[in-house]
Amino acid sequence: MAYLFEMYSLSASYGPNLVLQDVNFKVNENDFIGVIGPNGGGKTTLLRVILGLLKPVTGKMVFNGDLLNGNSIGYLPQMSTGDINYPVTVTDIILSGLMIRKGIISRMSASDKKKADTVIDELGLSGMSESTLNELSGGQMQRVFLGRAIIGDPKLLLLDEPGNFVDTTFENDFYEKLKDLNSRMAILMVSHDVGTISAHIKSFACVNRSLHYHPSHEITNEDLQAYGCPIQVIAHGIIPHTVLKIHK
Amino acid sequence: MEASIFQYSFIIKGLLGAIFASITAGLAGTYVVSKRMVFLSGGITHASFGGIGIGYFLGINPVLGAAVFGILSALGVEYLSVKQRIREDSAIGILWAFGMAIGIIFIYLTPGYTPNLMSYLFGSILTVSRADIIALGIMSAILILYFGIFYRTILYISFDEVFARTYSSYVDIFKYITTSLIALTIVLNIRMAGVVLVISLLTIPPNIAMLFTRVYFKIVIWSVLAGFVGTATGYAISYYAGIPVGATIIFTLVVLWVMVKGITQLLMKISKKRTLAT
Repeated sequence: MAYLFEMYSLSASYGPNLVLQDVNFKVNENDFIGVIGPNGGGKTTLLRVILGLLKPVTGKMVFNGDLLNGNSIGYLPQMSTGDINYPVTVTDIILSGLMIRKGIISRMSASDKKKADTVIDELGLSGMSESTLNELSGGQMQRVFLGRAIIGDPKLLLLDEPGNFVDTTFENDFYEKLKDLNSRMAILMVSHDVGTISAHIKSFACVNRSLHYHPSHEITNEDLQAYGCPIQVIAHGIIPHTVLKIHK
Repeated sequence: MEASIFQYSFIIKGLLGAIFASITAGLAGTYVVSKRMVFLSGGITHASFGGIGIGYFLGINPVLGAAVFGILSALGVEYLSVKQRIREDSAIGILWAFGMAIGIIFIYLTPGYTPNLMSYLFGSILTVSRADIIALGIMSAILILYFGIFYRTILYISFDEVFARTYSSYVDIFKYITTSLIALTIVLNIRMAGVVLVISLLTIPPNIAMLFTRVYFKIVIWSVLAGFVGTATGYAISYYAGIPVGATIIFTLVVLWVMVKGITQLLMKISKKRTLAT
């Protein structure tokens, strides 16, 4: 299986605060990795380092050649970044996902717009292409931002707390959609909400300054003290549960 | 009564002034209103009054002084709020009053002739010179080119700056350039509408446009049209009634806004009734 990127003994910090320490991590094609850990543990920082928004203090990252071309990483940030009352249409927001290969003087071609229409249909947003965000529901908004992340056909999709701004009905649709996308691209999904993380995730990375990788679903009868703090999962119904091995 | 040459030039000056004011205010205003920078723009306007005062005191063109003050205060607020973590609204409030204070102090310190303060505070078409009109014309061309060429880049940075940073390293440069151009637009329109009223010239037209469209470039086009109707009508009324032009323009624009709001709401009610009836 071809790797997409690999980081070696990487550390990152904000000023004097070391947020990630000695992280070794590898992502392969078609991986679906859940990045979990406590708040402030460094999950978002990990995404920022991969996106190149934060320079690591030590260590290095090696990208597969394909991943260095424009648009090969799609990014769905936490909800709070865009102004939902801004007068910009769904089509235009989705098209902004192509900006990385457009440069500052940018015209969208007919084929770009056609591509945006395809994404809009695929994400079940038909008929809303000329709407603005304040006319949409939380789940629809989230799909618009997902559309922006995937319009460039990325090899790697980074999702930051996608469960944050959506109710459970939409959440199920959304995770089904991610399963489809996973056949085309690797997905790295950050979530602090371990209880409701998608069942489609294939492996886990626990981040709390250091990173522990769990290559598959593992179930043990051990304590649930996954990362230093006791966690109890309470759930009703027939939900697939995943319990991770204790870090050694 | 035959129109004299004086009247002709007065009408042409007013017409050109109205065209250029509505183009510059429409383009800058749509950005300001969309990005919720109305208070910042108000701060820039009042801070630039400090430049007017210093301009008089030093005997240089007051508009030049205002332009320097306006741009520096705009960049200053952007910089302070990003780098120094100062509360932006407090910074603007301080700058707002400080600029006015500097302006008044220096105008009173200027020996001999004291200019008509009222004309700067509330606008006066009589003080609008040929050079002012030419400057506004050049500003219109610059803004049309700037927003035309970089439309998507400007739109996307102003909509979602955090995401824009993931693909562009030009985010800060564009923010600084756009804010400077807005400061210049405001300063050049001060002669027409005055320090106190100019911010409405930027904010009312986009709000009229937003009553019937939510698409950015359509808001720009409708703002320019609404701005032109408001400024030209206001100018004419001010000329015949002999009242200050800035106040008349703003009054006309607000009346226009109320009228359009009334009409759109009426149309909405009618279409609702129709859909209920069918």
